[in-house]
Amino acid sequence: MADSMITVFERPHSLKPVPSHFCSGCHHGTVHRLVAEALDQLELQQQTIGIASVGCSVLLYEYFDIDVVEAPHGRAPAVATGVKRVHPDSIVFTYQGDGDLAAIGTAEIIHAANRGEHLTVIFVNNTTYGMTGGQMAPTSLGGQVTTTTPYGRDLETDGNPIRMAELLALLDGTHFSARVSVDAPRRVAQAGKVIHKAFEMQKNRAGFAFVEVLAACPTNWGLSALDANERISQEMMPCFPLGTFKDLSGAQG
Amino acid sequence: MNKRLFVKGNEAVCIGAIAAGCRYYFGYPITPQNEIPEYMSRELPGLGGTFLQAESEVAAINMVLGASAAGVRVMTSSSGPGISLKAEGLSYMAGSELPAVIVNIMRCGPGLGGIDASQADYFQAVKGGGHGGYHLIVLAPDSIQELYDLSMVAFDLADQYRVPAMILGDAMIGQMKEALIPHPYQPLAELPAKDWSVTGKGNRVQGNTVKSLFLQDGALEAHNWRLHDRYQQLKDREVRCETIGIDDAELILTAFGGAARIAKTAVSMARQAGLKVGLIRPITLFPFPEQVFRQATERCRRVLCVELNNGQMVEDVRLSVDRQADVRFYGRPGGTGSLPTPEELFEQLQKHYKD
Amino acid sequence: MDNNKMNEDVFMAGFGGQGILLVGNLLAYAAIEAGKNASFFPAYGPEKRGGAAMCSVIVADQEIGSPVVGRPSNVLLLNQDAMAKYYPRVRPGGLCLYNSSLIDASGHQRSDICSLAIPANQIATEVGNVKLANMVMLGALLARNPLVQLESVKQALDIIIPERNKRFIPANLQALDRGFSFATA
Repeated sequence: MADSMITVFERPHSLKPVPSHFCSGCHHGTVHRLVAEALDQLELQQQTIGIASVGCSVLLYEYFDIDVVEAPHGRAPAVATGVKRVHPDSIVFTYQGDGDLAAIGTAEIIHAANRGEHLTVIFVNNTTYGMTGGQMAPTSLGGQVTTTTPYGRDLETDGNPIRMAELLALLDGTHFSARVSVDAPRRVAQAGKVIHKAFEMQKNRAGFAFVEVLAACPTNWGLSALDANERISQEMMPCFPLGTFKDLSGAQG
Repeated sequence: MNKRLFVKGNEAVCIGAIAAGCRYYFGYPITPQNEIPEYMSRELPGLGGTFLQAESEVAAINMVLGASAAGVRVMTSSSGPGISLKAEGLSYMAGSELPAVIVNIMRCGPGLGGIDASQADYFQAVKGGGHGGYHLIVLAPDSIQELYDLSMVAFDLADQYRVPAMILGDAMIGQMKEALIPHPYQPLAELPAKDWSVTGKGNRVQGNTVKSLFLQDGALEAHNWRLHDRYQQLKDREVRCETIGIDDAELILTAFGGAARIAKTAVSMARQAGLKVGLIRPITLFPFPEQVFRQATERCRRVLCVELNNGQMVEDVRLSVDRQADVRFYGRPGGTGSLPTPEELFEQLQKHYKD
Repeated sequence: MDNNKMNEDVFMAGFGGQGILLVGNLLAYAAIEAGKNASFFPAYGPEKRGGAAMCSVIVADQEIGSPVVGRPSNVLLLNQDAMAKYYPRVRPGGLCLYNSSLIDASGHQRSDICSLAIPANQIATEVGNVKLANMVMLGALLARNPLVQLESVKQALDIIIPERNKRFIPANLQALDRGFSFATA
């Protein structure tokens, strides 16, 4: 009865039909999908410009069927500012990892938020530098063993895990800041709603929207995919609580 | 004829940029180029453009990168220390084939250095400055009029070859005022459409990607050969150079930018004193006027290179003449009171003319 | 070079706040409005007030070469430091006007140039504001070397004086006249 079949699930149109290079258990594919679904649902694919950053997510343009500019390490919010100021009617988003956004690009993200740039920022926090091979990230947890903290991250000398969603929520230019996770099905669904909202706000010209996504890097953590998911809820969430830290969407007309 | 304006060099470069259709400027304050962001902040909003004072030079050049990728004419400006910070972005822009105009009103260095006239950033401008092996188009105006004219040329060349263009000035021409005739903008050539820019995919079958990462077998090498060909085309077609009295010269003085202004008076003093001295003033520092030097030194076997540094362009002069002439150097490396006078250069000409 | 063609340089120095750059600017602008070529090249310290300030102005009929002058022919010196530093550099046969209200010239004597003491602060104070000393000096220079007509300079004032200071234009005109007549006398 083929003619009575209905499509209940399909690949988002904003993604290209290609296999990804991500490691098994990596959550970049999940987050890519959530972003693509939001673009599809909001019918934004044709007017969206993505800003790829340096790290595992640099190959954004291999997967998203949209216009993309590749930014230098950490500079995606500045590049996005330039693009958005030229094309204020387009939808511009950055997709950045924790080293990119919270270390080398700290100035760019804070000032883009502070200016209230009409951007959507997807921040993937997996507490490590993935592409370079598992070095300490600004979000690495206390005691976390990485290739550059072989004795564990020492909070006295290596600094503390930085909470970007809370930090950016303090800025007057930030209109929305939230932290979600993609470690379990119900949280993936919730993350999808939040990401959708962050794009919807830009569509409504509501200002700077920031979504931090807790994600796994099983390869560099040295864990199986399932154990990596477990680490997100057991170890990361106590340090990086989920929630919405600022939401001015109701305040917008 | 348009009425003559009386403006600072730093303003002339802005007037030229705006005449050429530049409506986007991203920058960060640094002396001695502050009149540039100040002028743009006054003028661009009224023209429907965007002026943005960035949080750093690093951010500013990346905003330029974004605006250029989005398909518009865009400019930034700075001085040595700020250009160092922009080097990363410039390398990415060169790799991503993004046109833009970058103005460097040089100060003396290294480090914080000083704000006096200097040409300490020749190497930085001409030899790359950032990583990865690339070139910028480098234009060196020596008057307020030329700052205006070359500002327009810089946008055209950048768009035509998809290579970022730098206007390399010094505090002398940036800060001095002269008359300027604001000729209307005439594009150098029919410029290619920016069909590579990001606008949102719209009805295009494929999304546009602006990038400098090439991972597939042979892709990066092919890209680098393509850039190399572009640089070769610039060398073949776009050399600009002013020469004065080189046909009968026994000694050729060469200088660029502000140093060339002082040199012109010294050359004229030498001619009045009966010395056969000529001048070669490179206007494009990249592409460098190699052939002009090569041909001029087939007859005249002595060149004196004068710079406001310890000797940078002199290396390109020596490479150009390829040992067929004796290339000498005189320089003052910057700081308060270090600007040479025409009388001082005239003395040097007399000295090098004789022995 | 055609010897009938004009090529005059003026160098002026004092401290920041004495209006050195304003006067240089004014002279160059007036020359351009009068159809000549002119360059104005300022040099000053990083501080906004109180540091040394100086500028060179070239007025010429032909294209201007160096805006930098080693041995200037026309020199205005407004304070003692400028006198000590630049008086010896005046070109032989040149003209030096110095602000005798602030400069003790007893240690500075040259017979190969024309030196003229202008009590600029005193005249400016009589006009109503000591800050007009710069205009007194310029007026005096134009009396001795009419490289630009006094009238052209007066017309240029309206453009060069910033909007917030327009109300001082009559006093500036008076200071120019006073300097001019002092040096003519």
